[in-house]
Amino acid sequence: MTSAEIKAAIESQHPGTIVEREDLADHQVELKRDQWLEMATFLKNDPNLSFDQLECLTGVDTGEEGPLETRYNLHSMEHRHKIEVVISHDRENPKVASIEQLWRIGDWFERETYDMYGIVYEGHRDMRRILCPDDWEGWPLRKDYEGQESYHGIVVPKMKEEDGWE
Amino acid sequence: MGVLENKFQDNVIVASLDKLLGWARSTSPWYFQFGLACCAIEMMASAASRHDLERIGMMPRSSPRQADVMIVAGTVTMKMALRVKKLYEQMADPKYVISMGSCATSGGPYWQHGYHVLKGVDLVVPVDVYVPGCPPRPEALIEGLLKLQEKIQTERPLTRKIA
Amino acid sequence: MGVVKGDQMILNIGPQHPSTHGVLRLEVMTDGEIVSEIRPHLGYLHRCFEKHSENVTYEQVIPFTDRCDYLAAMNSNFGYVVAMEELMEIKVPERVDYIRVIMGELNRIASHLLALGVYGLDIGAFTPFLYMLRDRERILDMFEYTCGARLLYNYMWVGGVSHDLPKDFQKICIGFLDYFEPQIEEYNNLLTYNKIFVERTADVGVIPADVAVSYGVTGPNLRGSGVKWDVRKDEPYSIYDRFDFEVPLGDGHFGTLGDCFDRYWVRMLEIKESVKILRQALKDIPGGDVHQMLPKKIRPPKGSVYRRTESPRGDLGYYIMSDGTPTPYRVKMRSPAFTALSVLDEVSRGWMISDVIAILGSLDIVLGEIDR
Ligand code: SF4
Repeated sequence: MTSAEIKAAIESQHPGTIVEREDLADHQVELKRDQWLEMATFLKNDPNLSFDQLECLTGVDTGEEGPLETRYNLHSMEHRHKIEVVISHDRENPKVASIEQLWRIGDWFERETYDMYGIVYEGHRDMRRILCPDDWEGWPLRKDYEGQESYHGIVVPKMKEEDGWE
Repeated sequence: MGVLENKFQDNVIVASLDKLLGWARSTSPWYFQFGLACCAIEMMASAASRHDLERIGMMPRSSPRQADVMIVAGTVTMKMALRVKKLYEQMADPKYVISMGSCATSGGPYWQHGYHVLKGVDLVVPVDVYVPGCPPRPEALIEGLLKLQEKIQTERPLTRKIA
Repeated sequence: MGVVKGDQMILNIGPQHPSTHGVLRLEVMTDGEIVSEIRPHLGYLHRCFEKHSENVTYEQVIPFTDRCDYLAAMNSNFGYVVAMEELMEIKVPERVDYIRVIMGELNRIASHLLALGVYGLDIGAFTPFLYMLRDRERILDMFEYTCGARLLYNYMWVGGVSHDLPKDFQKICIGFLDYFEPQIEEYNNLLTYNKIFVERTADVGVIPADVAVSYGVTGPNLRGSGVKWDVRKDEPYSIYDRFDFEVPLGDGHFGTLGDCFDRYWVRMLEIKESVKILRQALKDIPGGDVHQMLPKKIRPPKGSVYRRTESPRGDLGYYIMSDGTPTPYRVKMRSPAFTALSVLDEVSRGWMISDVIAILGSLDIVLGEIDR
């Protein structure tokens, strides 16, 4: 199926879940956040869609005051078609339902996005940081992230614009 | 060390015990197999077929307790830094550290935006020889090891160091 | 992981351990010698690739992609430039495509050789490692001859490659292939049909096909489970649709479908297929200027792209988002080793500790790519 047909299928089965957005490309579709788990189950289990592979899960920070986003690249091994689902989150309190139990790889992908952006996936059974140490501060890939000055007594030397190394 | 001419038979060598110990130590520093990142692949390559570290007396050990030299081959991250220190402390004296590659030396390509990268392993353990490169070629690593052997040779284990 | 019950104990493997292939830490819950749960701890090599790429220009990302998958740096470059070219709609000259395929396949062979050699080492066979590294050195020599670096090349650029092939490259490469092909049989005799090796790997660590798909396992690990999926065939990029090659699948050669041996065996067969592709590419390579299409300035239009390519470890995907400036807005690398490692817990339950080492080795992970 082409992306347009997939969108049509979503629209006909679950009307009103697609969020209209101008700036997305053809292969992308934004879905409503509170219906995501239900929609994910549908996308995976519907025999015409059967997206059985979660290719990639990307967090995006749209900058300054903008929302955070999670982007899911889904692929179907059976029908060989793909779609990219966008879910946007509130910056202050980013939360969305976890799809960890639908696609098992979602487990680590979500932990990674949590680690980098602080997006909480509700219903995930083991929501911990995965790459940074447990006691790390801040969400590194957010655009407003400032590096730590020191970690467990190890100082981080910083480059200053004028006077070189500290 | 010199052979005292014809004083004794040909196979007798006279040296101070101090020098002899230094020389003996220098010829078989066993290194600690401690691969961290890309540089570790070059370290493996230098131990394997073509370059063969064993011909200069270097043998890989998997446990810090059996090793004399720690080759820090690769990027040390914050999460790893304290482990590196712990491993160094587990090694028995005398112990030496080689910092292989620009990452271990100064953070290398990751020095500016690498929030999670330790900017130089010398912040946590003392380093004897720095080998530059990203990654250093096996030849460069061997050069570094030979330099280390030279350094060990000049040591006088029996002479007490004056502070 | 919770409470340790009765006879259970926790065994800590890594982060410094010769058979974790880098700095991986495994927290293994065991009952006697039987493993009941594994908790991998990653991030000991987290080098902030994604943060870096948001701060440097598009060209400058390429060296960092090298350093992610350092065993197959050409393939990492390849994936990135293919994604970038899709975003910018650049069509590269024929010759560049051929050169890229040649380099990609040579690096695939080099990477598989190291993977198989080290796998032998994990199981306890030292000699094959030395043999395979010997031949790998010859491939590295060819890379060095072409672009000056042994391990991390920065060779493929958006719209071209950094240097044209040296004049006599074709001759050297064909000479290498002629030498190399009989060697495969030698490896087989040394390692593949070795009784001890087979006993250690056959029937061990079976990954059923549906589990593999659900965990996003790709590449030789997925094909070892009998799923026919190869990006080179199924979503052809560059010029892979021109070559005639097979996609080797696991067939339960000495045991069950999807066991460690199958994954090993698929890699061995893939080396042969790569040789086949190389011969075809070396025969047909056209002339031309490799710098003709290099853009003066890389400024992709606003938008995003997700493109995956087949690296030796599986589907290597890049998600690149551009906001119209010379700096990427977001680069995400979907790394095949990351997904392959996630399956470890599920498949190693119920096996002995020594089998866990065999399973881990058969997944062929590279920590640089897992932690990025
Ligand atoms: S110095 Fe270069 S090759 Fe060595 S670990 Fe760092 S990035 Fe990798």
